[in-house]
Amino acid sequence: MAKKTNSIWAWHKRVMEQNSLVLTVGIIGVVSIGGIVEIAPLFYLDETIEEVEGVRPYTPLELMGRDIYIREGCYACHSQMIRPLRDEVERYGHFSLAAESMYDRPFQWGSKRTGPDLARVGGKYSDEWHRDHMRDPRSVVPGSIMPAYAFMETTALELDVIAGRMRALQRLGVPYTDEMIDLAVDDVRTQLDPFAADYDAFLERYPGAVVRNFDGNEAMISELDAMIAYLQVLGTLVDFSTYEADADANLR
Amino acid sequence: MAEHDKPPVDEISGVETTGHEWDGITELDNPLPRWWLWCFYASIVWAIGYMIFMPALPAPPGFDGHTRGLRNHSERANVAVALADLEARRGPMFAQLQQTVDEGGVVAVLNDGDLLNFTLAAGRSAFGDNCATCHGVGGGGFTGYPNLRDDDWIWGGSFDDIRHTIVAGIRWEEHPETRFSEMPAFGRDQLLSREEINAVTDYVMTLSSLTVSENADLALGAEIYQRECASCHMDDGRGDQSIGAPNLTNNIWLYGGSREQIRHAIHRGPYGVMPAWEQRLPEPVITALAAYVYLLGGGETLQQREAGLAPQMAAETASAG
Repeated sequence: MAKKTNSIWAWHKRVMEQNSLVLTVGIIGVVSIGGIVEIAPLFYLDETIEEVEGVRPYTPLELMGRDIYIREGCYACHSQMIRPLRDEVERYGHFSLAAESMYDRPFQWGSKRTGPDLARVGGKYSDEWHRDHMRDPRSVVPGSIMPAYAFMETTALELDVIAGRMRALQRLGVPYTDEMIDLAVDDVRTQLDPFAADYDAFLERYPGAVVRNFDGNEAMISELDAMIAYLQVLGTLVDFSTYEADADANLR
Repeated sequence: MAEHDKPPVDEISGVETTGHEWDGITELDNPLPRWWLWCFYASIVWAIGYMIFMPALPAPPGFDGHTRGLRNHSERANVAVALADLEARRGPMFAQLQQTVDEGGVVAVLNDGDLLNFTLAAGRSAFGDNCATCHGVGGGGFTGYPNLRDDDWIWGGSFDDIRHTIVAGIRWEEHPETRFSEMPAFGRDQLLSREEINAVTDYVMTLSSLTVSENADLALGAEIYQRECASCHMDDGRGDQSIGAPNLTNNIWLYGGSREQIRHAIHRGPYGVMPAWEQRLPEPVITALAAYVYLLGGGETLQQREAGLAPQMAAETASAG
């Protein structure tokens, strides 16, 4: 058995298996190969995120709605990811693009659909429907098992946290300008009022944003305002008339 | 241990041990089962084959793209093919539906069994995905969301009316041709006093022959109705479909028919919104949806036909042709 002593296995036994620290480092090295080869390149490859027109960071109001969406755990039952499958495209519309969630941190693709996918729910229903549905889902969808979120309507939106959250996203690479962050609270008010003085400048900062009072109550800026503003923008930003779905770089 | 060239052997089983020993207990060093080992090797071979045939490896730094594999597989290309295939299969039926409706009006669909089946199936499918959320699975509606199965049409129940409502929506400001009108919030905006709203509520209830309190001031209600409501809902309360003013005489109530509900509607001025579907759904699907909705409650002309008003329908069919 002298041959065995000199083989790589003997070395493995002597160095790797009998030294727990070396073994740990070795395991981490082997396990990370898959990630280094398959995941790390996504951070430098241009084709990871399709080139599209229209996607912009969320307005402060939409951003707060998104945070409420996460706080309430909506992602546990709703996905935001239309897969490239015929039946999904038939039901929900164009399959989701990576570009559509490039400013989402974290993304809300989800992994389970107890409720329907929400990736393109923006503009699909009226604000009033969302109000009725949040108040009492059974009033419009008798078979629904979604809990009621009636409290959102009567809960004031926390305005003083918005700038800080936008600052955090800015550091993560979301292209919020300092001006946008300074005007965050004003922009919340502007988005709720089509007659606001800053209307045009607001739409220049956030092209295509929907401006109206979402919860129907002008006396208060509620969490429901933010929630509906967020739901109404989902999936509406990409200009699909300029997107080449069959271009080679977009096929995967 | 390093000086032991030959591993110790367990006397009872005759199998080599690992050489580890704890208080006289040693560890057998059985080899991995052969079947397991071969499955493991086979999966490595499979993985190599998979990487050759399927997209597998992203480009290294400095390059872009990824290996496409010998099959040049792409989920996104596949779904495009699947959708084209679907289009090829049902496209001719959609075209036939469009042609039939253009030439003979929507009632002509009833004369062709296959086309009728197709229209109902396509319409029901699109309705379930897009419309049922507000109008109910069978089109029965909810308070605030119109029932599409009855013969009361707020914005018109002809095929063209229904189709236009689907295309452009109602009070959907992003669509330039959306249907639009706005009822004043008589109470909230303090256009009428409490007393006046109570009176006009009672008067509106009498239009649908509902029972009202003996104390109701119907004279005042009628006066206010003529002053504030008749310009849209008409003198006799039959409404005006061209501006979406509902008929108040048929006891069908979009926002509920109890006294409180009617009073509340007058107080707040309902502003029902329906999205425009032109950007969302392909044109043939909208045509199928309009035909489906028309056939659900029997649109307006069908209703008239059943009521024995054949001449009107004949005239409409002729004009459509």
